[in-house]
Amino acid sequence: MQTARSDPGVSAVRGPGPDRGLAIGPHVLGSRLIAGTGKYRDNATMVEAIEASGAEMVTVAVRRVDLDRSVEDGVLHHLDPTRYHLLPNTAGCYSAEDAVRYARLGRAAGLSDLVKLEVIGDERTLLPDVAATLDAARVLVSEGFHVLAYTNEDVVAALRLEDAGCAAVMPLASPIGSGLGLVNPYYIREIKRRLSVPVIVDAGVGTASDACVTMEQGVDGVLMNTALAEARDPVRMARAMRLAVEAGREAWLAGRMPRREWAVPSSPTEGMID
Amino acid sequence: MTETTAIRVTLNGSARTLAAGDSVAGLLRELKVHPGLVVVERNGEILRRESYPDVRVEDGDTLELVHFVGGG
Repeated sequence: MQTARSDPGVSAVRGPGPDRGLAIGPHVLGSRLIAGTGKYRDNATMVEAIEASGAEMVTVAVRRVDLDRSVEDGVLHHLDPTRYHLLPNTAGCYSAEDAVRYARLGRAAGLSDLVKLEVIGDERTLLPDVAATLDAARVLVSEGFHVLAYTNEDVVAALRLEDAGCAAVMPLASPIGSGLGLVNPYYIREIKRRLSVPVIVDAGVGTASDACVTMEQGVDGVLMNTALAEARDPVRMARAMRLAVEAGREAWLAGRMPRREWAVPSSPTEGMID
Repeated sequence: MTETTAIRVTLNGSARTLAAGDSVAGLLRELKVHPGLVVVERNGEILRRESYPDVRVEDGDTLELVHFVGGG
């Protein structure tokens, strides 16, 4: 790989074309950041943060209507569903059967075939039950869902989910809500190299540098919730995340310089005065 | 309406007594729940919104009323 020339005319010609966006199922998203809507301190902050993030797709959960509450807790009372693609999740499900049931409820509520499939296998780590995820994915694909499957950073699991017909595969950066960042860039890169469907890293991103490094692995997008909701200033963090995701994508497209374990001078070694 | 006796249902996990003969649409009205924003699952089966006025709540029904909340 060659180092970049500083002539802007040359780089404009040689550089990558405009990013064509992230195609998921029937949608093409201009933003590669997908935002969750949970855990914000209030709905106004959630709405403002999501706007600042530039996200065009947002995740929502399916839960019982609280019949004893006077305050409206439905997210669609606050978030304009004509502005965002809603991605219902199956969060909280510990079996394929439950996940399929929640996915169907989410489709009925949102009138869209998208679902973020999540089958949890362990309460402490919230790591996915990959076998149950695969079972649920097969059922949902056969019912016409566009399945975005949350999974481990496991190349074989990702390949199986793609084979099952998932519209996107979403390996974790680190456990849900941990903010530990990208713990296994090698496997994430290999998943991206091996799959044809979009790879969206879901869970674990804690701050802007995590999002940027994740995008620099060449993945198609990042899904985040807690990093925004639990920031001291969620709106400002959302702005930072938007820039970080864009920066990471651009850096990936630009192609980084090689890593060397020795120095190479940036100034000419010739023409030094005596 | 045939009779006015009460029926027992399980609504979102809680036992409730309702007037017999009510439709799902009527139940949502009583609960002040906007039908466009919820999904009703009756005995494990999702009801189509258009069917709410025609589906009668029966004694022993298990009903789930769900909607979208914030989540990741």
